[in-house]
Amino acid sequence: MTLNGWLQIAIILATVLLTAFPLGAFMARVYGGKHNLLSPVLGPVERGFYTVAGVDPTREQGWRSYALAMLLFNAAGFFLLYAILRLQGFLPLNPQGFAGIAPDLAFNTAVSFVTNTNWQSYGGETTMSHFSQMAGLTVQNFLSAATGLALAMALVRGFARSKAATVGNFWVDMTRSVLYVLLPLSLVTAVLLVALGLPQTLLSSVDATTLEGAKQTLALGPVASQVAIKQLGTNGGGFFNVNAAHPFENPTALTNFLEIWQMLVISVAVVFAFGRMVGDRRQARALLSVMGILLLAGIAITYAAEAAGTPTLQAASINADDGNMEGKEVRFGLALSALWAAVTTGLSTGAVNAMHASFTPIGGLIPMFLMQLGEILPGGVGSGLYGILVMAIIAVFVAGLMVGRTPEYLGKKIEAREVKMAMLAVLILPTAILGFSAVAAVIPQGLAGLLNAGPHGLSEILYAYSSAAGNNGSAFAGLSANSPWYNTTLGLAMLLGRFAYIVPMLAIAGSLAAKTKLENSTGTFPTHGPLFIGLMVGVILILGGLQFFPALALGPIAEQVLMLAGKTF
Amino acid sequence: MTKHVQTQISMFDGAILRQAGVDAVKKLNPGELIRNPVIFVTEVVALLVTILFIRDLITGASVFFTGQIAAWLWFTVIFANLAEAIAEGRGRAQADTLRQARTETLAKRLYDPERKELFSRVSAAELEIGDLVLVEAGDLIPGDGEVLEGIASVNEAAITGESAPVIRESGGDRSAVTGGTAVISDWLVVRITAASGSSFLDRMIALVEGAERRKTPNEIALNVLLAGMTIIFLIAVVTLSGPGRYSGADVPVPVLVALLVTLIPTTIGGLLSAIGIAGMNRLMRFNVLAMSGRAVEAAGDVDTLLLDKTGTITFGNRMASEIIPVSGVTEREAAEAALLASLADETAEGRSIVALAQEKYGLRVPGEPPVDARFIEFSATTRLSGVDLGSRRLRKGAVDAVLRFVRNVDNHGVSDHGFAASVDRIARSGGTPLGLADGGRLLGVIHLKDVVKPDIKERFSELRRMGIRTVMVTGDNPVTAAAIASEAGVDDFIAEATPEDKLNYIRRAQTEGRLVAMCGDGTNDAPALAQADVGVAMQSGTQAAREAGNMVDLDSDPTKLIEIVGIGKQLLMTRGSLTTFSISNDVAKYFAIIPALFVTAIPELRALNVMGLSTPQSAILSAVIFNAVIIIALIPLALRGIPYRPLGAASLLRRNLLIYGFGGLLVPFIGIKIIDLAVTAMGWA
Repeated sequence: MTLNGWLQIAIILATVLLTAFPLGAFMARVYGGKHNLLSPVLGPVERGFYTVAGVDPTREQGWRSYALAMLLFNAAGFFLLYAILRLQGFLPLNPQGFAGIAPDLAFNTAVSFVTNTNWQSYGGETTMSHFSQMAGLTVQNFLSAATGLALAMALVRGFARSKAATVGNFWVDMTRSVLYVLLPLSLVTAVLLVALGLPQTLLSSVDATTLEGAKQTLALGPVASQVAIKQLGTNGGGFFNVNAAHPFENPTALTNFLEIWQMLVISVAVVFAFGRMVGDRRQARALLSVMGILLLAGIAITYAAEAAGTPTLQAASINADDGNMEGKEVRFGLALSALWAAVTTGLSTGAVNAMHASFTPIGGLIPMFLMQLGEILPGGVGSGLYGILVMAIIAVFVAGLMVGRTPEYLGKKIEAREVKMAMLAVLILPTAILGFSAVAAVIPQGLAGLLNAGPHGLSEILYAYSSAAGNNGSAFAGLSANSPWYNTTLGLAMLLGRFAYIVPMLAIAGSLAAKTKLENSTGTFPTHGPLFIGLMVGVILILGGLQFFPALALGPIAEQVLMLAGKTF
Repeated sequence: MTKHVQTQISMFDGAILRQAGVDAVKKLNPGELIRNPVIFVTEVVALLVTILFIRDLITGASVFFTGQIAAWLWFTVIFANLAEAIAEGRGRAQADTLRQARTETLAKRLYDPERKELFSRVSAAELEIGDLVLVEAGDLIPGDGEVLEGIASVNEAAITGESAPVIRESGGDRSAVTGGTAVISDWLVVRITAASGSSFLDRMIALVEGAERRKTPNEIALNVLLAGMTIIFLIAVVTLSGPGRYSGADVPVPVLVALLVTLIPTTIGGLLSAIGIAGMNRLMRFNVLAMSGRAVEAAGDVDTLLLDKTGTITFGNRMASEIIPVSGVTEREAAEAALLASLADETAEGRSIVALAQEKYGLRVPGEPPVDARFIEFSATTRLSGVDLGSRRLRKGAVDAVLRFVRNVDNHGVSDHGFAASVDRIARSGGTPLGLADGGRLLGVIHLKDVVKPDIKERFSELRRMGIRTVMVTGDNPVTAAAIASEAGVDDFIAEATPEDKLNYIRRAQTEGRLVAMCGDGTNDAPALAQADVGVAMQSGTQAAREAGNMVDLDSDPTKLIEIVGIGKQLLMTRGSLTTFSISNDVAKYFAIIPALFVTAIPELRALNVMGLSTPQSAILSAVIFNAVIIIALIPLALRGIPYRPLGAASLLRRNLLIYGFGGLLVPFIGIKIIDLAVTAMGWA
């Protein structure tokens, strides 16, 4: 590790915090339906949409009808995307003449983009037409991110309101998310990315002559626009197969800086917005601290593990100061690769600028573990906030009793119904990750996709299902996931991880909204101080760690101890 | 001082323990155990391992290890049952004392309330609601009821433990009588208001025994959490077989079961219901009867206390605090006159004047009243009392009455000498002025003050630290109320309070998101008692009040509201602390068992054996033993409750998180290591 490396990390994270704060204030106004910076321009557009769609923005929904609207909307999005992918061969903007996509892959991809996972079992430049990329995938990039934001707002309203029957209007929240937050930011940053060297064209490729005089065909396309929203919406589905490690997706250290900022900024801003909406900004600071501490720990461990390198590399007398550069881009180096790896998995982005499979076992364990913790550090846009709020509910419930009152969080009593729904939500991850992994680790269809044997192979399986169920989408590499078994089960894991979590979460929102907001006093469990921050860090680590420790012990931990003993796979 | 019905029952009374041991085995019945998901799962897997043990026994495989695991799993279940059985046993012992009061009584059922000589003797059990019975001196009152006619002194020791008799009479707030109590003098005509079997005493016995025990809301929520965690660990352990087989580490079933049982929260699962029962019993020992466990929990949540001024904040009676002479009269002279005028005054006010004269002014009470003294008793018409002593005519009383008396004696312009100013000052400070005169001469003013109990201010600031607001309820005018409120340090007060005012105050506080506790005894308190989140009715109160409240204080002591809140908090704290302890234990158990599971397949994983446990078998066995033994070790804590201190939430959290959170992380590392050393030394594994 170098001071220079840490400085780069610090500058990026500080920039995120500084910019997310005003963005959060802006978002709080947007979702509260208040006048804001953009409403003179976008207000008429917004109202136009409502008139055309026949939505009455003043009519709010209870949690059930909110949930139903969300499910129907996403189902429609899934079927539309599935149809586009299957019928790609007949649709326009297909200069390479790609054929329609196989059913299992189309299912997997459609689910992947609707759930904000953006797992890619396909190679973008060799499979997808421009139409599929733009009208199919990019549209879902916006909508899945907007869905996450809308849901988070519904839960925040549950906390903010007292004795309310409704949690907001799904259509309004969706419209505002796209119109005020995602589109303006994408527009601005896409232009910036073009300025920094990303291609934005409808040409399919360009031919280049290399220094050796060989002819090379370089794939091109509307890259910048898609990269902008894939980063901002914590989507992560790259235009190219190798994602942000590709020089056309992430050519320089500066684009790398911008893209990391893009990943983080909305997720952090949502937390600030939450603080304003519940009328207690200290609460937002506490949650951000929890996220920050765990994320920084993740970055530090990954960075340290990669910087330490491996005995094999040292034995091969490669310069030990370089650490483990295998699978990393020289233009990013160790620090920014470690930072990206932790951020992309602490968030649910899943874009990668280095190959996680080539990390040291511990360096690879961290991204995997960050996903298994539930994508809450700070998590996907919106989904990170509702995820960490569910964890806060559990933490408050366990420890809140210790102050001698039945637990309450943000003035709302946490009772059997909330606990039941929170536990239902929390059960999803271990069920999907451990359940599918256990089967995949023994059946031939599962083992067929492995590149490596031994613990590393197990890590490949674990990583894939963690990524799918956590709606992350990053791949460990090594696993050949484009098979009916993986396409189908990973698709199911993504669906479970998204919707089986959302519905109980919305039930919590509804039940909280209906409760009286209790007054704070010195007898109230304090949820803003360092003590609570420490408590939440502990609960997240213990709850997550206890679920996945046995499996991790056989995967990356075993690989690490074996590697130190000189065995590799 | 209050006497308690139940003598303190020792933590581990021999008889209770023996009975609890038997009950713990009886509770193995899965039909009953299924209400406790964690322990139920433990029982199911204990059965599974036992079957495997028997199979191995038959096939002749090695059984020593499996047998031990099976045994310790059964111990885990039995220990958990034992905790509940002990708590129940202690309750039952309390109930037995109560039951003695419920002896079979014969009732005199009247045909016609006008003709008290006409009755038939029927068994109390046959009485129906609405029956009229005559109870005479020496009779036991046959059932709960309302006095229709008569006045009598009643010994309620059977219920309250207080042997001094109380007056019960028709009408007003003292008309409720309780079955099982004894009429000592006179007679009563009582209308029965509770059917046999549902009387107060019956309910009390049922509550204490735990027969009516239902899970409280928070207990249900906690059970959901524990069940959820059990499922999570079930998933984690069951799915371990996949990666296990992949890695060539086929883990035998008894070992997987050991892993499961040590991970699921058996500690808190086993102690949860014992904690709840013990909380109710603790309240019972304070002579407070909670009608439901929900009420005890609500008591912990309360953040606003409505306290009656009289008896809670101030001593019941006003007391003399100073004697202010008019100019031209010495203090000593005035004090002496006050003393003489009060010599025969047996009211608390009168006695307080005597006491003040002695303590503050160093006067001596004459051994015998002067021979020529003629005492004038207080009467409602004159509103004066005093003494005629020779030519002296000493009077004290209401200011206007004293002035009238003085003018009567000497009509020629009474000289004031600052009398009116003193009266005014006292009235404005919230006190009551008493005039003092000798014939036609005003001597001074006695300042009667509502004396705030000496330690009450401290109690209130303690409550404030806990985040509880105190509200004083009084019939006094706003000026007096404000003065006392500021002296006692309450946060708010309701002056000239009517029962409607109380009700409205509670409603308003509740819409602001507050939880309110109050106590009351009158029928007109009933709506407010019912509206409050915690309503404590006085045992001496009316039937309506007792039915509206969710707790009854057998000592009829309104101060107890503060203790009740403390007991509620302690119950919740115990539950939370043991849950935290139970969950943090898992970290150490993982470090004991995980390396043991896989070390055969991947020997390098022994690096995770941070405790240096001797063999995989002893590591697993030690974790299972620790898991069982910790339940037993924590039973006393569960029954007694964790030490409770009136602190703010932040300091409570810091304290308990440190002890039970970090303690919970640390203790099992040490415990398992010690057990491992023992197990290895004994050659068990």
